[in-house]
Amino acid sequence: MATRGENTSFPRGLPHACAIGELDQPPTGLTAVLLAMKNRRRRQKLLLRAWRKRRQLAAVTDRLAQIAPGDILCFICLRNEAQRLPHFLAHHRALGVRHFLAVDNASTDGSGALLASQPDVSLWRTDASYKASRFGMDWLTWLMLRHGSGHWCLTLDADELLIYPYWQTRPLPALTGWLEGQGRHSFGALTVDMYPEGPVSQGQVAPDDDPLDHLSWFDAGNYQVQVQPRMRNLWVQGGARARAFFADQPRLAPTLNKIPLVRWHWRQVYVNSTHSLLPPNLNEVYSTDGGELTSGIILHTKFLPEITRRSSEEKARGEHFGNGSQYTAYYNRLIQDPVLHTSRSTRYTGWRQLEAMGLMSRGGWI
Amino acid sequence: MTDCAALGVVMLCHAALDRAAQLARHWASHGCPVVIHVDARTSQDQFDALQAALKDLPDIRFSRRTPCEWGTFGIVQATIDASTQMLADFPAVSHILLASGSCLPIRPVRALQAHLARHPHTDFIESVTTADVGWTVGGLNEERFTLRFPFAWKRQRRLFDGYVTLQRILRFRRRLTTGLVPHLGSQWWCLTRPTLEAILHHPDRPLLDRYFRRVWIPDESYFQSLVRQVSTRIESRSLTLSKFDYQGRPYTFYDDHLHLLRQTDAFIARKIWPQADLLYRTFLTPDGDRALASEPNPGKINRLFAKAVERRVKGRPGLYMQSRFPTRARGGTQSAAPYGIFSGFAELFHDFQPWLARALDARVHGHLFAFDRVEFADGESVFKGGLSDSPTLRDYNPKSFLTNLIWTTRGETQCFQFGPADEQAIVPFIASDPNATIFAITGAFAVPLWRSGQSAAQVRGEAARLQKVESDFLHQLNGPETKARTRIWSLTDFIENPAEPLEQLVDLLNPRAAHRATDLPQLLPLNGFGSFLQDLRNQGMAPVLMGDFPSDADLAQPEQTFARPRIVR
Repeated sequence: MATRGENTSFPRGLPHACAIGELDQPPTGLTAVLLAMKNRRRRQKLLLRAWRKRRQLAAVTDRLAQIAPGDILCFICLRNEAQRLPHFLAHHRALGVRHFLAVDNASTDGSGALLASQPDVSLWRTDASYKASRFGMDWLTWLMLRHGSGHWCLTLDADELLIYPYWQTRPLPALTGWLEGQGRHSFGALTVDMYPEGPVSQGQVAPDDDPLDHLSWFDAGNYQVQVQPRMRNLWVQGGARARAFFADQPRLAPTLNKIPLVRWHWRQVYVNSTHSLLPPNLNEVYSTDGGELTSGIILHTKFLPEITRRSSEEKARGEHFGNGSQYTAYYNRLIQDPVLHTSRSTRYTGWRQLEAMGLMSRGGWI
Repeated sequence: MTDCAALGVVMLCHAALDRAAQLARHWASHGCPVVIHVDARTSQDQFDALQAALKDLPDIRFSRRTPCEWGTFGIVQATIDASTQMLADFPAVSHILLASGSCLPIRPVRALQAHLARHPHTDFIESVTTADVGWTVGGLNEERFTLRFPFAWKRQRRLFDGYVTLQRILRFRRRLTTGLVPHLGSQWWCLTRPTLEAILHHPDRPLLDRYFRRVWIPDESYFQSLVRQVSTRIESRSLTLSKFDYQGRPYTFYDDHLHLLRQTDAFIARKIWPQADLLYRTFLTPDGDRALASEPNPGKINRLFAKAVERRVKGRPGLYMQSRFPTRARGGTQSAAPYGIFSGFAELFHDFQPWLARALDARVHGHLFAFDRVEFADGESVFKGGLSDSPTLRDYNPKSFLTNLIWTTRGETQCFQFGPADEQAIVPFIASDPNATIFAITGAFAVPLWRSGQSAAQVRGEAARLQKVESDFLHQLNGPETKARTRIWSLTDFIENPAEPLEQLVDLLNPRAAHRATDLPQLLPLNGFGSFLQDLRNQGMAPVLMGDFPSDADLAQPEQTFARPRIVR
């Protein structure tokens, strides 16, 4: 999880965010040129930054030779996720990910050894600061620049499980083939916070278990949608965390839209976690003419029983938010073992349910 | 006539040659000779592997490899070459089927052979005049034949578009070859030997080929046009099921389409995803698929594809989400279902909300946009979909709040109270939403002030503020962009005869009400309100939105108003 985009100046006349019905066509003329120059500069700066951070990564296991042209790659940066990794790897392997490129940020729970022992994982390790590396994105940008070009790349956190329409019967290559046929090079997904029925610290989930058996509830209809016109990226907030922890400061609520699956070119760069990319045309994962594009869901398994202990640790480390002090209240609430479930929670039954509720869409994919 | 026609298959391939080999073997094992054309752009290694895989089958031949770029004459040239070879090498063949490396026979080959034997002189080829074609995409219909297309659409899009525009500006028109009536249709056909021979030996072939080299997507028009000149019996439908999206790109079938494909009346389906193991396993058995529906239901397939196009093009109105975010002009001002907004009613009646819920069979909320709390029906703190009653969360994005509420409660009419004391940021959206119906009693905001027991001097400031907010509200409802339905009464007009407006609103929001509400909510006694208004005037404020409110002496007793006989329809 990372913070939202910082406030910088943009060409005059562009609002910071457009709510429903306020979005216009992209600017033209001088504004468009200025905007394009600005975005280009920003992209180059981020690439340079990733290049400077390259020496922070030390290769642990290098199985890159296994990667064949057209393989789907998964990039992940993590710290102490031994609890989640077995299921994470199994889920995405089954979807058709052929190789995982992982950055282990100073894990102490055996995550590194677990990853190194997998046949399809290439592993790097770093003890440098997560926050100073743009919440791991600098490291991943470097790896993607080096190894991702020409591949469809999936970038996720260890507590995220990607699903999309027909995912049980059609592996990722079917999806990417469909997207390429549509002329699309990026695929959007909404993060949905999954939570248990009782207090979040209760229960037992073994590493190989499907965490969704325990985290089977979610909020179905409280997502706020805006678009930021500068990069035409979505800004969706809401869900259980906004309702339970950010009711008093909704602007700070976590951003839920992500673009986890992108056909990579070394010039591309993630700007803000995987919420937005440059060049900006990759951010247009939504239709503005009233139709629907194909989209997916990231099932967020953050609220496993270890959450309270983890939260006190993260609060102490202060590595997770740009302006950490604003999030003290959030951590305090998490440490107090809250109940996220309400009588209005919805039990997860599958992607067709999420599609019918309008959280994701098949678009024109049959 | 035998019960099995001698069918030959011309296969055009460019990728997934392992599947092509599997298909060719399947055709050949049913006694169908196959001529395979492999795109010249496919690597030699893959081609060699394909040849090696099929070298045990004598009736499989390979035609000259030429490049087949989409939309160009190369595909027609490949078809011509392979067909010529088929006719020359296999003189016994009576019908020639054009297929691709991703076409899968879904009915047994024998059934196809039998079908052709029953129609020995029929050419199965979709062939429709340009004027009658509804499915071409991109505005290029008749112009496919009257403009020139020397550039590749996929690689040289700018040149392609620019050259089309230039020709349009110059009003350039190609002359059609004499006697040629342009017809369009699916690329995949099944022709009889005499027809195909007549086309390939057409006296004007060189001229025609030169003409079609500059036609756009000639593979959908070359054979389709020429067949009209030579054939004696055309059945204008393709034996190959092939579905296209709204941009003219073919759909792919996956494993989970197995049940769907069993419903079709076509013999062959395309395109099949190369990794769809289940489909290949099921349909490429010696006798074909046994579970095939005996009564095909192609309508089901058509409906499903029509629905997919609709979802892609029109989407679900009123839904705003990660992959649907329409601009203002394209439906960005609309919610998902009709809903009602009531201004001033709850202030005038004791039990308005329960009465309305009964009369409309709807969910009736309090003031959803109240400053201090979102007043969901029944005082819930979290509403359907996880909507919170926190006003800050609501005010952070009021449009999302309202569109979410209406979207998640589809199927149940929503109503809520609104007034000048509420947060007003949502008003422009409500006014521009064709699904909103707004009922307003203007000036009713003064009733709670009067009932608070405070003196006119104390509430004067508040009354003036509310009046200002309410007239802004009314002003926005009367704007030129308003799409909401509105019914507005002044307080004076309303209390003169409250029954009629109440009936009206029930009619508007629940026209199919099974039974009419026979009871009416109880109006608060307003004796003394007239003098309160006079006090406000005396304090220097001008209460205008209430209308010309009668003095106490003239005020009809509320009980009398309701005692009148009600017509029960």
